[in-house]
Amino acid sequence: MSTLLEVSGVSVSFDGFKAINNLSFQIADAELRAVIGPNGAGKTTFMDIITGKTKPDEGRVMYGDKGESLLKMSASKIAQAGVGRKFQRPTVFEDQSVFDNLMMALKKTRGPLAVLFFKPSQEDVDKVTDLAEQIGLSGALHRKSGELSHGQKQWLEIGMLLAQDPRLLLVDEPAAGMTPAEREHTTDILREAAKTRAVVVVEHDMEFVRRLNCKVTVLHEGSVLAEGSLDHVTKNEQVIEVYLGR
Amino acid sequence: MTEAALPRRQPFAMRFPSVMVFLAILALFTVGVTILSEGFGIGVISTSFVKTLGKTLCLCLVALAMDLVWGYCGILSLGHMAFFGLGGYAIGMWLMYARTEIIVLESLAAAPLPPTPEEVTNGIATQIFGVVGASEFPPIWAFAHSLPLQLAAVVIVPGLLALVFGWLAFRSRVTGVYLSILTQAMTLALSLHLFQNDSGLRGNNGLSGLQNLPGLSDVPQSIVSMWFFWGSALALALGYLLCTWVVSGKFGSVIRAIRDDEARVRFLGYPVEAFKLVIFTLTAVIAGIAGALYYPQAGIINPAEIAPIASIYLAVWVAIGGRGRLYGAVIGAAFVSLLSTWFTGGQAPDINLGFYTISWVDWWTVLLGLSFVAVTLFAPKGIGGLVDILIDRKSPNRHGADLGPDQGALREQEADK
Amino acid sequence: MLRIAALLSVCLMLAAPSSAQQADAPIQQLIQSQSELILKSSRRTIGPAIDALANSGLPEAQVVLDKWQTREMWVNEESGLFVYAEEIDRDTLRIFDFADGSEIGVVSDDGFDQIKPNSGIRGLIGTALVQFQLSDPNPETRQRALDAIERGAEESHLAALRGSLAAETDETILARKERLERLLTIAYGATNEERIEAIQSFDGDLGVDVRAALNPLLAVRVEAAGTLPEADDIGRVLKPGTDALSRDEAYELLVRADLAKPRISIEAQRTALIENISDGQVAGIQVATLDSQSARDMAYAALADQGTVTPVATEAEVDERLASHVFYERYIGAPPEVVVAAQLALKSIENKVALNQTFDLSLDALSLASIYFLAAIGLAITFGVMGVINMAHGEFIMMGAYTGYVVQLFIPDYTLSILVAIPLAFAVTFGAGVAMERLVIRWLYHRPLETLLATFGISIALQQIAKNIFGTQARPLTAPGWLDGSLVINDIVSISYIRIAIFVLALLFLALFLFVMNRTRLGLEVRAVTQNPRMAASMGINPDKINMLTFGFGSGVAGIAGVAIGLYAKVTSEMGSDYIVQSFMTVVVGGVGNIWGTLLGATMVGFLQKGIEWFNPSNTLAAQTYMILFIILFIQFRPKGIIALKGRAAEA
Repeated sequence: MSTLLEVSGVSVSFDGFKAINNLSFQIADAELRAVIGPNGAGKTTFMDIITGKTKPDEGRVMYGDKGESLLKMSASKIAQAGVGRKFQRPTVFEDQSVFDNLMMALKKTRGPLAVLFFKPSQEDVDKVTDLAEQIGLSGALHRKSGELSHGQKQWLEIGMLLAQDPRLLLVDEPAAGMTPAEREHTTDILREAAKTRAVVVVEHDMEFVRRLNCKVTVLHEGSVLAEGSLDHVTKNEQVIEVYLGR
Repeated sequence: MTEAALPRRQPFAMRFPSVMVFLAILALFTVGVTILSEGFGIGVISTSFVKTLGKTLCLCLVALAMDLVWGYCGILSLGHMAFFGLGGYAIGMWLMYARTEIIVLESLAAAPLPPTPEEVTNGIATQIFGVVGASEFPPIWAFAHSLPLQLAAVVIVPGLLALVFGWLAFRSRVTGVYLSILTQAMTLALSLHLFQNDSGLRGNNGLSGLQNLPGLSDVPQSIVSMWFFWGSALALALGYLLCTWVVSGKFGSVIRAIRDDEARVRFLGYPVEAFKLVIFTLTAVIAGIAGALYYPQAGIINPAEIAPIASIYLAVWVAIGGRGRLYGAVIGAAFVSLLSTWFTGGQAPDINLGFYTISWVDWWTVLLGLSFVAVTLFAPKGIGGLVDILIDRKSPNRHGADLGPDQGALREQEADK
Repeated sequence: MLRIAALLSVCLMLAAPSSAQQADAPIQQLIQSQSELILKSSRRTIGPAIDALANSGLPEAQVVLDKWQTREMWVNEESGLFVYAEEIDRDTLRIFDFADGSEIGVVSDDGFDQIKPNSGIRGLIGTALVQFQLSDPNPETRQRALDAIERGAEESHLAALRGSLAAETDETILARKERLERLLTIAYGATNEERIEAIQSFDGDLGVDVRAALNPLLAVRVEAAGTLPEADDIGRVLKPGTDALSRDEAYELLVRADLAKPRISIEAQRTALIENISDGQVAGIQVATLDSQSARDMAYAALADQGTVTPVATEAEVDERLASHVFYERYIGAPPEVVVAAQLALKSIENKVALNQTFDLSLDALSLASIYFLAAIGLAITFGVMGVINMAHGEFIMMGAYTGYVVQLFIPDYTLSILVAIPLAFAVTFGAGVAMERLVIRWLYHRPLETLLATFGISIALQQIAKNIFGTQARPLTAPGWLDGSLVINDIVSISYIRIAIFVLALLFLALFLFVMNRTRLGLEVRAVTQNPRMAASMGINPDKINMLTFGFGSGVAGIAGVAIGLYAKVTSEMGSDYIVQSFMTVVVGGVGNIWGTLLGATMVGFLQKGIEWFNPSNTLAAQTYMILFIILFIQFRPKGIIALKGRAAEA
């Protein structure tokens, strides 16, 4: 297992407030990782930096086999390089059908002219259908995604990420606002996805993290506080203090 | 549960019944006008009204472009009437040059010596630019003698301007209202430039006499007007097909996604700026072609036509017609511009309130402005919304919720826990 | 009674002059020697007569010139003697002797002719009179004499001025005389040294008169010669075909100096060819082939060979002649040493003028910036603070201006009317703003593009309504008298009081804005609501009310700005749209949400526009065009304006 993403010594501050402070983080191919931490620990900013939305003040972000720096790439280039991201709130294109959403996300040439003359082959259609099945939305393929329930939207978004066929999947609070049954399904999807790629899940909910059954990184005030199995980190004095002490 | 019906492989016409309906109506309309016209039919419709109808078709075409860029891609451009005007200027230069050349050659033919090329050029220049006190051709008229080159300019000039401006604006991530204001500023700068006498395009006199086709002075206007009417109808039909094709496939999917959530599309890996640039430039070219068909029917073009207010009216038409659907733009442009002609032409009966007489020539603009506010507030789907009611189509009600991830993310859900 | 009067006048007429005129007095002799010229009374020939009188040294000469100039000099038709006279009535004169000013008697005007110098001659006489007036005991007369010299200086004035210096007692007049003396020395000084010294004494002087005195010294004449002559008074060498000397001018110069054959214009050539058409041919060449310039040249050359027309230079000959001559400027205004001194002095003056012009331009730019700031500050509140884009903002400015106009219709006192108009304009536009917020804007919060469109609709409607009420022509909004005129610092730098007032008003607005936003409860609540409306609401602030008040405040400020702008520019229904784009540019360039940014933005836009106008002063349209283009480019490099908010606050 080689290292897919290496973040080292990254700091970023907003108007004097240090959102990320000398953070270092590594993840290998085909690994599932949960990132937890209290509010304001810098979880979202951490994802912003990897996906190119926020530029850090210092530090390195290396990605892929050749160890390319992500800091010099635009957001769309990073996405094309195989980093997919799911936002906190489900952001699917509500005005369009589930099929269109997935088709848009499908890994293809992204240039405007290629897209203009694009015609979906039977293979593409099959792929979309498979994905829909995987995320449990086969029946809703031609419904507008705006009509879906909240949980379905979350799945659709994960489906869109999978359609991109990313090597690194960043998932921000996938279980928020889901029923227990939906959560279970979500866990399955993520575990399945992590078999072929690296998946980073940011989550509040400890039950959900426990079900993921993977290595956990605890963030606090912009840097890594502890790392290891969930049982390991929950026994860590500092972690207990951070979560309960205040 | 697993139902994978794929309605994708049907013919174009079947997939888009509205296109067939539109083309049928347009064809019927064209045939109807032809039969009723003075030039080819029984003469119920006057030539000037044929011209009005032909101009309206051109306005529908530019409204289509506006709908594509605004309704589908979310770029509220206040510059498309500038592209429209540039197209008009490009064709107007040739019309004016070629017609003046004929006049000058005729007058020089009577002279005892055959004219030299310099004499001809100077004669044309004096005729055209005497009104702004110049007698030489400015460099931008270098290709005015050639119809093919000026026809190319109809496409190239607006396209190039849109490409350069769009590239500058989009790459610096100017979006939303900022972009609208920036396009308005561009339009203002262009019209101010053209208002100057030394702009090389006759300042505020503009180009005139464009309704006379060079070399065809024997053909009566009743015939010429029909030619342009057919041309406009054909252009509108082709434009409609092109726009439908653009918005129907994955490209349409992507640009609508850009409209709804630009950042999300970027995270899907699409080069958003390139897509916007393609749409902006393509629609500018369509607008230029529409302008090139419009101004020979109008007969005159001057910089006031390019002023920002014209582009604002274009947005008004599309909004009233219903943006985000192509037939909405066409309905809006046709409805509002014809209504406008009717009101401002003094045909609408004045309303006598006893103490004050409402003269529509003066009050029509007020009514238009206020109805625009009303449409924005109460009927954001415009006239096109009526079609939804007719065919009972539902769209998800998002209760005005934000589509982007940046505003108020997930607060309700967090509060629920 | 009438009869008695008539009788009396007859008696008077018959009565001999009461005292004899001194026909042999030196002054009368002098006039007699010039009488032919005086009686001819022609501007072109009168010079010697005036000079003779002025330079005679006779004390009476001043009286003669004086009376001559005021048309009081008469000549006795019989004796030819000159007198001066008062007209008692239409027919009767009381005449006086020039020699001693004594009254000769009352006579009928039948025997006398009035000398009527035309205005040209009167001017010449005036110039001649100056030397007498310079020493006149009445200081006003002396001032008038100096005025006359300034208008039309002559060589003779120099000596007169110098002569009058010693006796001058009035300080200001002495200073004026000394300055004039030096100016005249520049032009008429006897020696080069004297002139150079005078020139050097004006080093860095900004007066227009100095430049007027120096410039003629640098006059040049363009000459041509086979080789460049070695001489001190040769200035630049000119190349034909440049801006300084066009090819045609250069060749014309050679033709005039008989150094080259003449050329023929295309029209003249054409005429000559047409005149020589015979049987459809010109000199054996078919007329139909003469459809190019080279063919016509050939035909003309053929005619010249036949001797029908005069030969002219061909283009090749023109080039050859031009190449074989050198063109240069020769200084003809003054000797070379003086020219050098004048050039140096002018250079130093020009440097200083440029400096002062820059300063003047800066003042202009500052006042333009104040206007943009005034126009934009309301937007800085509605757009910058609330994030609401109001395209009808320009129409609020217009409403303010029209309010001022209407107030002036009812209150004729301009000072009072402005004092009433300012609060009233605020009230009117505040009301309009609140109404608009309640009826339209509040339904569209967080839908900026739709707000933009709806406010466009309102803008269109308001503009047309104003047009329907007030008509299309511009309405006056008159400033109070004490704002007329301008503060003059020197010949170059001046600024009108109204611009100063606008500048002060802009500063007041800035202070008001800062005070309201940072020091009052309203400002605190506004900031709270704009940053987090829900949190603000939970703390007992009513966001609805705050939004309404903020929008009203921004609109009211626009109304006051309208009054100020109306004083400075015209009041029309379209004035709002003249400012709206620039106002938005100001806010965007400065950085949204920051009043200091708006200030910087206004300053930048103002200075930029004035700077561009300076390059091309005749064309303000071009200045606006280029300014907008510049702003479009500027936004490339600083998309968030001069003062950009960073981090999360910027994305809110």
